[in-house]
Amino acid sequence: MVRQASKSGLLFSDADWDFKTLSRVHEAIEAIAIEELHLDVYPVQMEIISSQQMLDAYSSVGMPLMYRHWSFGKHFLYQELLYRKGGRGLAYELVINSNPCIVYLMEENTMALQALVTAHAALGHNHFFKNNHLFRQWTDASAILSYLDFAKAYIARCEERHGVAAVEAILDAAHALMEQGVFRYHRPPKLSSERQREGVRERLEYEERSYNDLWRTLPPSKGGDNTGEKNPGVAERKKTLKLPEENLLYFLEKNSLVLEPWQREIVRIVRVIAQYFYPQRQTQVMNEGCATFVHYTLMNTLFDRGLISEGVMLEILRNHSNVVFQPAFDDPRFSGINPYALGLDMMQDIQRISTEPTAEDRDWFPDIAGNGNWRETLLEAWANHRDESFIRQYLSPALMRKWRFFILADAASEPHYEVSSIHNERGYEKIRAGLAHSYDIGASRPDIQVVDVDLLGDRQLRLEHKVKDGIMLEEANRDAAMRHIRSLWGYEVSLAAIDAQTGEMLNERSTSQIGE
Amino acid sequence: MPIFIDRRLNPKDKSLGNRQRFLRRAREELKRSIRDKIRTGRIADVDSEHAVSMPRGTAEPSFTDAKDSGRRQHVLPGNKHFAPGDRVPKPGQGSGGSSPGKTVSEDDFRFVLSREEVLDLFFEDLELPDMVKLNLKEILAFKPRRAGFAATGSPTNINVGRTMRHSHGRRIALKRPKQEELDAIAKELAILAAEPQNTGAPQRIAALQEELERLERRRRRIAYVDPVDIRFNRFDAQPVPNANAVMFCLMDVSGSMGEREKDLAKRFFVLLHLFLKRRYDRTEIVFVRHTHEAQEVDEETFFYNTQSGGTVVSTALEEMHRIIEERYPSNEWNIYAAQASDGDNFATDSERCIGLMDGQIMRLCQYFAYVEIIDERETHIFGATENGTSLWRAYSAVNLKWPNFEMSRIATAADIYPVFRRLFARQPAVRKSA
Repeated sequence: MVRQASKSGLLFSDADWDFKTLSRVHEAIEAIAIEELHLDVYPVQMEIISSQQMLDAYSSVGMPLMYRHWSFGKHFLYQELLYRKGGRGLAYELVINSNPCIVYLMEENTMALQALVTAHAALGHNHFFKNNHLFRQWTDASAILSYLDFAKAYIARCEERHGVAAVEAILDAAHALMEQGVFRYHRPPKLSSERQREGVRERLEYEERSYNDLWRTLPPSKGGDNTGEKNPGVAERKKTLKLPEENLLYFLEKNSLVLEPWQREIVRIVRVIAQYFYPQRQTQVMNEGCATFVHYTLMNTLFDRGLISEGVMLEILRNHSNVVFQPAFDDPRFSGINPYALGLDMMQDIQRISTEPTAEDRDWFPDIAGNGNWRETLLEAWANHRDESFIRQYLSPALMRKWRFFILADAASEPHYEVSSIHNERGYEKIRAGLAHSYDIGASRPDIQVVDVDLLGDRQLRLEHKVKDGIMLEEANRDAAMRHIRSLWGYEVSLAAIDAQTGEMLNERSTSQIGE
Repeated sequence: MPIFIDRRLNPKDKSLGNRQRFLRRAREELKRSIRDKIRTGRIADVDSEHAVSMPRGTAEPSFTDAKDSGRRQHVLPGNKHFAPGDRVPKPGQGSGGSSPGKTVSEDDFRFVLSREEVLDLFFEDLELPDMVKLNLKEILAFKPRRAGFAATGSPTNINVGRTMRHSHGRRIALKRPKQEELDAIAKELAILAAEPQNTGAPQRIAALQEELERLERRRRRIAYVDPVDIRFNRFDAQPVPNANAVMFCLMDVSGSMGEREKDLAKRFFVLLHLFLKRRYDRTEIVFVRHTHEAQEVDEETFFYNTQSGGTVVSTALEEMHRIIEERYPSNEWNIYAAQASDGDNFATDSERCIGLMDGQIMRLCQYFAYVEIIDERETHIFGATENGTSLWRAYSAVNLKWPNFEMSRIATAADIYPVFRRLFARQPAVRKSA
């Protein structure tokens, strides 16, 4: 049901937007999205904001609600500087994985851009959030905003009670471990409801108030505390503490001997937020690719049906090509692979493979080549993959040639890089595997685990860094991060670098070697 | 149907709190950085935006891979001519450019502090709580401005329109006979006189003449314009802040003024300049440095030239006087002067200084501040006494005579602000400019 804006049949003709036009355009775009692309979306809530507010949103990691912390101010200054110097435009949109899906539109945008953003965010991202399995399983779109609301209020209350500095110390430490604060392999429990959280917190607060060490009359049992047995064996000990544990924040939250309940809750908040963003980070190429593919397809359909004018289409295409611009590796503008470009190209490639496959495609993609049903193929890919598996499964030789991909082997000991593979028959598999691997977050960040702690002895927290391919930790950062762990754990912390292949201990660092 | 929410009127600057927290965290380092900049930079720069490197202490550490270890693969787009086995020299060894796959680190950035933030940091150093509360005894020029009407005034200011209105009203109220009435009676009399006599005529004529007489008497008694009708334009003398200020910075750069003394002097001048700049539309600064001779110099030379020599303070005063005569007529400019010296002077020249001040300079100046920079060890000796250097004693005499003269001693940076405040916080009786 599309009401026509004018006799010409166009949805809009001015650059100016108003709410009526926005609504009409959304309606038209949504209709096409559902009938053409079979998208399935959350209801949409569009919010009009100014550029200043967009900067604000950037600096609180894109969330409408966030607790206060100086690092967000730092990011704001950074973004603002880039923006003011013209180094970077603002994103035209911001979209939040929640139900209803919240889309920010900037008031400065022209109507053409608003239409583009509507297609990109309100439909593309929205569909992806609702249907991708990572988001479905790992995040709870309906609970996140209420959780952030709680987090913000809780942290503000802590600041009142314990002082800004004390809260900041905990947040600083927890932020340092955010990368090591997610469950990668098993799903976290759903966010409990506000009432449950309230109950748990009240109990903890009651304990906090009523506990007084002076009143402890029972003598400590010999060698006995919560680990139970006398001199438990190392294996037993690890079992009790469920070691090894990759989620450092989780371990500290549950087992730290020095954290007070409110400090534990703050650690938990940071962990929950890290976990919430984890799927986003695994699906950058797919998420942006999906949104870009959707807006490109929808805008072209609108144009083909005579609903938008050539001028509008031209403006849209200009913005579109800016978004998907990919400079070559030796271009000064190069700063890595543009997820919009790669995602869109791969999805258009899938469209091509399923409708007009070449012999090579039939070879490489027997399942989808020529199946003619690109819509279902894409919907399935969007639903079931993350970047790594998507690239591993769908990156075609044709696309590798188009992008002229090649692999540089970089050994720190060598003065040269070496070109190990290029886009040819022998290189395709290697490039595809290599690119997929580079999107595997689990593999691309240091693998650090808690391996042991003797609660009855020195209580030193023993961490292990599995060194892959000889890649060590950056030392200054490592020491600073370990200091943060010590502050959360309360006792010394040691970190051993163990070669993943040989099991050889490469070095060991302890906080006792690091000053304050 | 999507829900639309217009958030544009929501409070902006949601991140302001975070920004303030960040500044608070980085404060010490920012302060040092700003101070260094101001010390090495130009005076006017204090009052501008500053780009400051990201301070240490605002790093956000995390476990990251060391760039200089291990073996990696980079998958890159845009191969031009490479074949497997080709070697590519690593950048950083002269070839330039960023290495593949690495983006610029965020911590390299410099961010911009706004003017207010710079001033906050700068004044914090000077322990300046709130500059706006200070009152400079500003001399006002007066410009007459129409402000209604007055019953008194000089004849040149009579407002004719308003006077006639009052007169008209009064004439109506007091029933002053109009000219027409008189004319009508006169006309009727003339007709009666011309006509042949009939019986009633003499009676009628007598009545008319009596009436005419009465009316004329009345007209004489009730003036056409009475003094009570007169209104004068009223003018208020409205104070107009003078828009121009010139600040003379007189600095002794003789051999006895060391780096510390100059630094203190400069800080004082900076503060003064900022103050004037905020207060007036236009502020100019004239730099005069003197040894045994004085010359007007630019800022650069003023602070950085190392030329030195003996001391003759009066030369600076003469130079200042010459410049005022030449460029800054005192009826158009607010003239301020700050002089910094260590007070060393010949006794004879100090006498001469008194003469110059009394004779010329103090008449021209709104305000003259003399700051003597003394050794920290001397503070407890000189702090409370009127004794002191030759110049100090000389200026003490000037101080007694001229209320717009102030003098003070400073020994450390921390003294500057209290002195500044004392010098400028007082509000003596307003004097007209000479």
